Amino acid sequence: MFSKLSSKVNFIAVTLLFLILVVLRETGIFNNYVMGILMLACISIIMTASLNVATGYLGQLVIGHAGFMAIGAYTAALITKAFANADILNGSGIENFFRFIIAIIAGGILAAIFGVLVGAPTLRLKGDYLAIATLGFGEIIRVIIQNLKICGGKGLAQGSAGQALIGINRLADFYVVYWITVLSLAFLFCFARSRYGRVLKAIREDEIAATAVGIKTTRYKILAFSMSAFFAGLAGGIFAHYLGTLAPGTFDFNKSIEYVIMGVFGGMSSFSGSVIAGTVLTVLPEALRSFADYRMLAYSVALILVMIYRPQGLFGSYEFSLTEQLDKYFDFTNKVQARKEKKAAEKKAGKAAAGEGGEK
Amino acid sequence: MSDVILRAEHLGISFGGLKAVNDFNLELREGELVGLIGPNGAGKTTVFNLLTGVYKPTEGDYYIGETKMNGKPAHAMVEAGVARTFQNIRLFSNMTVIENVLVARDRKFGYKLFSAFTHPKSFWKQEAQEKERAMELLKVVGLEDKADTVAANLPYGQQRKLEIARALATDMKVLMLDEPAAGMNPTETAELLEIINLIRDRFGISILLIEHDMSLVMKICERITVLDYGNIIASGSPEEIAHNKYVIEAYLGKDDEEE
Ligand SMILES: Nc1ncnc2c1ncn2[C@@H]1O[C@H](COP(=O)(O)OP(=O)(O)O)[C@@H](O)[C@H]1O
Ligand SMILES: [Mg+2]
Repeated sequence: MFSKLSSKVNFIAVTLLFLILVVLRETGIFNNYVMGILMLACISIIMTASLNVATGYLGQLVIGHAGFMAIGAYTAALITKAFANADILNGSGIENFFRFIIAIIAGGILAAIFGVLVGAPTLRLKGDYLAIATLGFGEIIRVIIQNLKICGGKGLAQGSAGQALIGINRLADFYVVYWITVLSLAFLFCFARSRYGRVLKAIREDEIAATAVGIKTTRYKILAFSMSAFFAGLAGGIFAHYLGTLAPGTFDFNKSIEYVIMGVFGGMSSFSGSVIAGTVLTVLPEALRSFADYRMLAYSVALILVMIYRPQGLFGSYEFSLTEQLDKYFDFTNKVQARKEKKAAEKKAGKAAAGEGGEK
Repeated sequence: MSDVILRAEHLGISFGGLKAVNDFNLELREGELVGLIGPNGAGKTTVFNLLTGVYKPTEGDYYIGETKMNGKPAHAMVEAGVARTFQNIRLFSNMTVIENVLVARDRKFGYKLFSAFTHPKSFWKQEAQEKERAMELLKVVGLEDKADTVAANLPYGQQRKLEIARALATDMKVLMLDEPAAGMNPTETAELLEIINLIRDRFGISILLIEHDMSLVMKICERITVLDYGNIIASGSPEEIAHNKYVIEAYLGKDDEEE
């Protein structure tokens, strides 16, 4: 993963940010309320970034992403509960950590499986069928969960629904979630910069031409879509273990649209955009909470302004690169390269002086 | 007969009541350049669409080598060694020139999903290798200094050349060019001729060429097949075609309509 200078630079940057956050939290400057908002921002970032793959890269509008989030949330919650009941990995610290990780990954996997089930029939078709299918899917999932006894509903026979699933261990620790978010972004970004991302863009640009150069378009579309669903499920799992309570109504159409808005706001195929939009659009409504009624107004105005002046979103498809910025101001890459060469030369000289070099 | 790479037998397709192509026969041998000509709407592009798996024939069969390819999807035709360009250019417009070519090399990449997520050394090696290969192909069509240009920003003639490079990137045995000179100025057309010759020398492939420009076709094709209203009206060497009275009629007729 670190075969390029820029990934090292990025790693150092996220570590620094992490350390700053640790200091802010441990000294109490950021209280639990603030840390909670940052946790929600992380969840938004993963949701938006995963949506980027399906909507930005593949070019398929997805308006039921909250459905995958719900699957992840309930699956993960039920797993940690079951583990706790069976007294497996039920304790403190490291045990809880593994219980949490296993649960959210399982939630992601189940969401991905549903991604395949929804995607396979609709992604074969050209056009916006997927959008409609995801819309329907999101609602169906919500209604099913509402009625499942195991999820807090009264059971299908009773007909009435709407109970919450309570008593989920609040296992989502900000430090862990921070790194999950970093890892998710790194994976998604790497994926987008690989042959897969390239092919997805090609399918978005011209599906017929993509087929004509030998691309099995359906396979790639399903892959991308289910991957997008995986990360939504993962985010859902985190969400469940942050809140401690799940109500099916949370994962409604509005929730899906919220993430579409974040995606559009940041720029549909920019992960930098996902990070900024996910953070700003999560923090902003909270920050404006004291203005009560004007809060949503400000939010809407901000969105409208973006759509008028930057219809492609803040970032479009541009990715912010720290290394590029460093290069611009400090000629960073060349300096590092020069230092490396100098070191190598010194080493060589040292070796020559020693007469023999026995190292690898 | 063993060196016949692509063969069509009594190929036909109807759209509703319209018989767009009827009883189409063709044999393309290794290294051969065959022209497919005919007035507008004669069914030339439809023949390409049949032979590349875009349309399923309603009659007849087609083979690559000895393998029957009827009904195989378009990507399978590419795997079998057939690549094409489009009459109405179809590039990945918002991607760079080199990305356009790299997409066509996708099958040649060895790395899988895991490497795509983690970018190990082997990932960078393969990416570099394929980029190098893509650059070679761009050199063939004279676009090596445009590698990082967004495809949509290329002038028309260069877009056509990029389509050829992209088709070449699939490592095909048969290249089908659908009116590659359309919209090109005389200089560009001359360059195109050079490119076609270079491709034949370098890659030893067979080419099926649709072209409106008769003089160009006469200059480079070994054999020509003429379509009119979906039917083959003549087939033979350029000299035979030039003197064929049906062909002359078909073309004069077309001129009358157009002018
Ligand atoms: N998908 C289609 N549906 C209906 N008619 C078609 C279709 N494709 C081609 N045709 C018809 O087939 C005929 C031949 O078209 P085409 O192969 O594009 O001609 P050419 O390439 O020789 O100019 C035209 O009459 C065209 O309208
Ligand atoms: Mg045509």
